[in-house]
Amino acid sequence: MQKPSDIREGVRKGLPLVLPTLAGGISFGVLAQPVMGSIAPVVMSLVVFSGAAQFAALTVLTAGGGALAAIAAAMLMNGRWLPMGLAIGPFLSGGRVRRAAQSLALVDASFALSSRGDGTYDRGILIGATLPQAAAWTGGTLIGVLSSSAIADPGALGLDAMFPAFFAVLLAGEARGKLPLTAAALGALIALALMPFAPPGVPVLAASVAALLGLRSHRAKAVASHRELATGQAS
Amino acid sequence: MSAVWLTIAVLTVGTFGMKILGPLVLGERPPGERMLAMTGLVAPALLAAFVLYETFSANGHGITLDARAAGLGAAIVAILLRAPMIVVVLVAAAVTAGVRAFS
Repeated sequence: MQKPSDIREGVRKGLPLVLPTLAGGISFGVLAQPVMGSIAPVVMSLVVFSGAAQFAALTVLTAGGGALAAIAAAMLMNGRWLPMGLAIGPFLSGGRVRRAAQSLALVDASFALSSRGDGTYDRGILIGATLPQAAAWTGGTLIGVLSSSAIADPGALGLDAMFPAFFAVLLAGEARGKLPLTAAALGALIALALMPFAPPGVPVLAASVAALLGLRSHRAKAVASHRELATGQAS
Repeated sequence: MSAVWLTIAVLTVGTFGMKILGPLVLGERPPGERMLAMTGLVAPALLAAFVLYETFSANGHGITLDARAAGLGAAIVAILLRAPMIVVVLVAAAVTAGVRAFS
């Protein structure tokens, strides 16, 4: 198995994400302060560290929903960590505690950056790329909470559009070859079909089902090599 | 106030739990070929979904078309022109901000 990269290499790859993540943290802090107070949003960013889940919970709490509804909405967003965890699992190192600690570094962008494209994942990149994002996310939340009334509209600079652009760059690198391209198209189709009515989080989670395409292709390859073997023996 | 802290406490455990579940279930076994055939496709499938979700999601509920779509369009042009990552994301932000300022 290929050796993992140095964590510093991962940090370098994660740097383009500092600005958009900081902006995301500021948005969260600004929006959360009136609902959750000044301390809770910062603590939440530090210990939960999942933007999508935090925004989902905040949306429910802002609308006057209770803790149970907020937790349910956020856990739907968290569902996608399961397929991602299954994908990176074999490439973490050490015993159970070490592996569990390394899994904490799992966030969308780092997961995507750590993919080598051949089914293997680079844990050095995963952990390294998460470090600047964690600092930017919690730091941004702190700035947002403190400047809650001063910042009128965090969206005015268009920083939120940096996330889809970032993912599009990674997608252009990943979706090479027939099978990855098909998986990407199927994932997009599933997400798009579910987005109009499914609860938040579900479209992205469901899109991971497209990875099952790999099973079919693997079986087809196995059958083909089996046949080759059989004909080879016959002749 | 207690609803807020209850939410934070449960989500801390819940988020961590979802992240470690996969790696702990698989343990230290080396990945088989079947496994690799699938894990290699998780990234492209999820990335495609992220791009759409981050561009067209209306605060998590439903679909909307706004300035972010123009930003993504500009980003795709930049990608096709082989611009480096940082240029692509800055172009997306600039175009989105521009459309927002003039609409």
